[in-house]
Amino acid sequence: MTIPSTASIEPSASPPEGDATRRRGRHLPGLSPRLTFLRRRVIRVLVSLALVVVATFLIVHIVPGDPVRAALGPSATPTLVAHARAELGLDKPELQQFADYVTGLFHGHLGLSLQTQRSVGTTLGDRLPVTLTLAGVAFAVAALLCVPIGMLTAVAVYRRRRRWLGNTVQWLLGAFIAMPDMLLGVGLIALFGITLHALPVAGWGTFAQLVLPVVALAIGPMSYLARIVHVEMLSVLETPFMTTARGKRLPAHLRYLRHALPNIITGALTAGGLVLTGLVAGTVIIETVFAIPGLGTTIVTSITAKDYPMIQGVVLLYASLVLGLNLVIDLILTALDPHSSLLEG
Amino acid sequence: MRYKPWHALRSPRAVSGLAGVLLLVFMMVFAPHLWADAASAANVAERLQRPSGSHPLGTDQLGRDLLARVLVATRLSLLLTLGSTAIAVCGGVVLGMVATVVPRVLRRGLTALLEILMSFPWLLLTLFFTVIWGASAKGALLAVGFAGIPTVARLTYTMSSSVAGRDFVRAARIVGVGPLGILGRHVLPNIRPVLVVNAAAVASVTLLSFTGLSFLGLGVQAPDYDWGRLLAEGVGKIYVNPVAALGPGVAVLVTALILNTLGALASEAAGRTPRIAGKAAPRLRAARIPASADEPVVEVEDLRVSFPDGSGGLVERVAGVSFTIRPGETVGIVGASGSGKSVTAMAIAGLLGPAAHVRATTLRFQDIDMSGEPDAAARRKLGLGLSVVFQDPLTSLNPVLTIGRQLTEVSEVHGDLGRRDARRRAQWALSLVGIPLPARRARQYPHQLSGGMRQRVMIGMGLMGTPALLIADEPTTALDVTVQQNVLRVLHQARERTGSAILFISHDIALVSGFCDRVLVMKDGLIVEELDARQLDRARHPYTRALIACVPHMTTDRTRPLPVIADFDGSEDAEEIHA
Amino acid sequence: MSHTLEYDGLSVRYGRGGSAHQAVDDVSLVVRPGTVHGLVGESGSGKSTLAAATVGLVRATSGAIRLDGTEVTRGTAGRRARRRIQLIFQDPHSALDPRMSIGTSIAEAMRASGRRRSRVERRQRVRELLELVDIEPDRYREPPAGFSGGQRQRITIARALAAEPDVIIADEITSALDVSVQGVVLNLLRELQSELNLTMLLISHNLAVVRYVCHTVTVLRHGRVVETGDTERTLSDPQDPYTKALLDAVPVLGERPDWGSVA
Repeated sequence: MTIPSTASIEPSASPPEGDATRRRGRHLPGLSPRLTFLRRRVIRVLVSLALVVVATFLIVHIVPGDPVRAALGPSATPTLVAHARAELGLDKPELQQFADYVTGLFHGHLGLSLQTQRSVGTTLGDRLPVTLTLAGVAFAVAALLCVPIGMLTAVAVYRRRRRWLGNTVQWLLGAFIAMPDMLLGVGLIALFGITLHALPVAGWGTFAQLVLPVVALAIGPMSYLARIVHVEMLSVLETPFMTTARGKRLPAHLRYLRHALPNIITGALTAGGLVLTGLVAGTVIIETVFAIPGLGTTIVTSITAKDYPMIQGVVLLYASLVLGLNLVIDLILTALDPHSSLLEG
Repeated sequence: MRYKPWHALRSPRAVSGLAGVLLLVFMMVFAPHLWADAASAANVAERLQRPSGSHPLGTDQLGRDLLARVLVATRLSLLLTLGSTAIAVCGGVVLGMVATVVPRVLRRGLTALLEILMSFPWLLLTLFFTVIWGASAKGALLAVGFAGIPTVARLTYTMSSSVAGRDFVRAARIVGVGPLGILGRHVLPNIRPVLVVNAAAVASVTLLSFTGLSFLGLGVQAPDYDWGRLLAEGVGKIYVNPVAALGPGVAVLVTALILNTLGALASEAAGRTPRIAGKAAPRLRAARIPASADEPVVEVEDLRVSFPDGSGGLVERVAGVSFTIRPGETVGIVGASGSGKSVTAMAIAGLLGPAAHVRATTLRFQDIDMSGEPDAAARRKLGLGLSVVFQDPLTSLNPVLTIGRQLTEVSEVHGDLGRRDARRRAQWALSLVGIPLPARRARQYPHQLSGGMRQRVMIGMGLMGTPALLIADEPTTALDVTVQQNVLRVLHQARERTGSAILFISHDIALVSGFCDRVLVMKDGLIVEELDARQLDRARHPYTRALIACVPHMTTDRTRPLPVIADFDGSEDAEEIHA
Repeated sequence: MSHTLEYDGLSVRYGRGGSAHQAVDDVSLVVRPGTVHGLVGESGSGKSTLAAATVGLVRATSGAIRLDGTEVTRGTAGRRARRRIQLIFQDPHSALDPRMSIGTSIAEAMRASGRRRSRVERRQRVRELLELVDIEPDRYREPPAGFSGGQRQRITIARALAAEPDVIIADEITSALDVSVQGVVLNLLRELQSELNLTMLLISHNLAVVRYVCHTVTVLRHGRVVETGDTERTLSDPQDPYTKALLDAVPVLGERPDWGSVA
């Protein structure tokens, strides 16, 4: 899995330290800081989407050589090639092509696959639910497990009790993070599918077929998130307000669940957003390992076959998924965080 | 004392990391020479064999030895990884540093673009670039490398601008050092350690990406092979020989772990700053203070607190302190930072972190022994009877809970009050500490209050129970002078109303003398003198006299230099060195 | 070495539109040659912003800052003049590059003096400066980590002097230091000032420090000048209620403030 950078040092704003100017009146008085933040995020998503549209459009144009010839192979007749070119609109002026491309997008026309001659939109529509299910279930599993694991190991390390347990778990998590998805998948297939004959190793449709891919997909992100929770929890345990809570002699469950947990949620969710998008991308590999007919296998076969309309469609879809998920995470964060440390950025 | 890097190389982690690097380098250089024949010699008679003595991982469909193939593939896999890492790191560092110095408009554009690129997972970016550069080893090298640039650039930018905002860079700007000079002389040396750490992480991710690409058939193409291709070939034959797929996978995993270990080592080395040996506190005889007749609220005898010094030893921060606090008394502890005054107070409250080693002949609050873990009844008593106000009211209040919640929970947990009664009590406590509109304030979060008001909330929190002792640890240091008066007044009134004793910690002897009945002066973990607050002019200990004289006050003689501590005790360097 | 620093209607605003914040609001004051002028105020008073604007770290919204009549906020002439103003920072731990030896840090500041020096001359000058601030000159090769807070603050003073400035601005230079070493730094500052006849602007929230070091004083509040004048007279007979409040808030040794009664 992809490990996002965890650096969070923000560049300092222009007012010099010493003057408490930063906290005063930085937002429009009429507009709540929350709305300002959301407006900025929505704008960013729209800009990103526009960039993605341009980038996918350009794919066909920046590929070296003749994409149509490359896609159809050397044996294709010139008439076939010319036909395909016309189909792709490559014989028109480039601005006209772009305009057609964008209007097509607004009407949901993504073109026809060079390979199957089926509508790209229909194919993707069939495959999207598969990938979404896989990623969604895996994320739910990862999210549910990471918080207890991370918090418990952090408390163990902090209180210097059963530290070996905390450290061992941390080491294991590190190994899982370093493990390539496909190795996990292959290991699971070898163990449960071939040696134990316990679970199906390929295909899609039944619950049993879901188990191994979900586990293979979830373990890496779960370990990564558990680490984040662990680190966040350790730093929260060191804060003065946790000392205040100890000073009030609150029982452990109140201190950890009421005082500490809400304070690690922001960090965990921010990381969770990155993990979720990474997880969406991770389906590419897992789907290939387990022969699941989702978006992941589609993108791989289309790149191999140079099926450009399909590539454009699937890249666009993946990118929109990622951007949409980012926006959802941002919405949740703003709703959850009364302190809104995010809004200062 | 200078830090010697080779000392770090003795840990087991360092040994395993270095051994791993040697192994990788050896395989990269020699494996193709040693096992090339075995890896490429087709032997149809022995095709698709399961693991055996002569073929530990079995053979592929042409009968080639898989172990040899995995070992030979080390070179290509690693070269590709290193190449892409170089592209990602160099590109990222240049872009990130440039973003720090370009004009604001350009900088905004660049960072926004980086943010957008970073919101896409690396694998997705890589796939996109693969479309452009084609499914080949070279295409994959460029794709993986370029896909890594945004992450590195963003990291570099964040670190550079944080360094660029620091005072020493401003000082350089003031004397006229140009942007390139700032980057080269100040920024790069200061971010280099973190970059090295991250280069290792980038390499690890790069390796995984490459394996993924080749596995998908989008990276290295036949007849060449790297670990990802071998993995893909193995998966195709997984029913015949599962080990064929696991072998290259394990090679990837081991390499990734070695890279991670390297990163951890680098970060250890970077995090280590030159260490100054802790000065052993001189073993002076502590002043014994006779216990008073009535039952004290706090009784401390021969309190010693030590902390781990980071290299296996212990540093004693409180070195044998004894005193008592009587009911309703206001006692101040004065001393420089590092004198052990806060540690003493936190030991009495039982709030030192788990790292602290506390020993004492007696350490009691009322009838509770504070050197051990309190039981349920003791916790209840402490929760109601002992409260603490810290220096920074912003960080000592929980940012995500409302003021009201943080007050009521004391009564709800310990005082058996219902939610409604607790809420009423909280409003009473808030109005007592002079907070207007307590019902409204109770619904607000700490960041919505001013500094002085937050500190009053902290004091109010102590009033939720039946306080017998209030510990105030530098309660006004983070506040403006005009606010300071206000908070002290509230503290004073809280004491008058409840009869609680106060332990007041401060570095400002004038402040303490105006607030307390009795003053304890601490230095190097010991109480050097105990004084009546009204008779500070009778101080005998040179350190106390120095504390009084060496800070200018409103009647200091302006024509003469200030006395300094060295004038009093003759020590060469009375200050503590802060590493 | 007598130079005048003059502020004429200086304003600094952060941000734009409704979120703008007026940090410095129409401030005029004069630092006379060879004297120390104190700038007193609490957090948010704009005193640090004023310092930052003087050395060009933030941009003035309107008004002028003049050094010997030359406007320092604009143009190449202004930039050159600005280098003759040096700033000493509050936190000595972040004011020195942790990865650079203190000698190099000081030598770097010499470029602002506009004088060309050989390597040997530079090293000689570094040693002189270290000696001037009571730091063992042979330690010039060491990184700042080996020095205490008070020593580091003295090194930053040496660095400021290396630039051969006409005016020094000292921004809360003792507030990050332990009480036990504040006196050392203040004594040094006073000594250097009278020996070198420096013109200085001393920024502090501590009235006693200002009173001890400064000849004249200005009290700032919310970015505006509240009161200005001779130190002795202003602090013994304050005219403005805010100055009075500030003075009343200063804790006095052995003196119990009137807390009022609960009843």
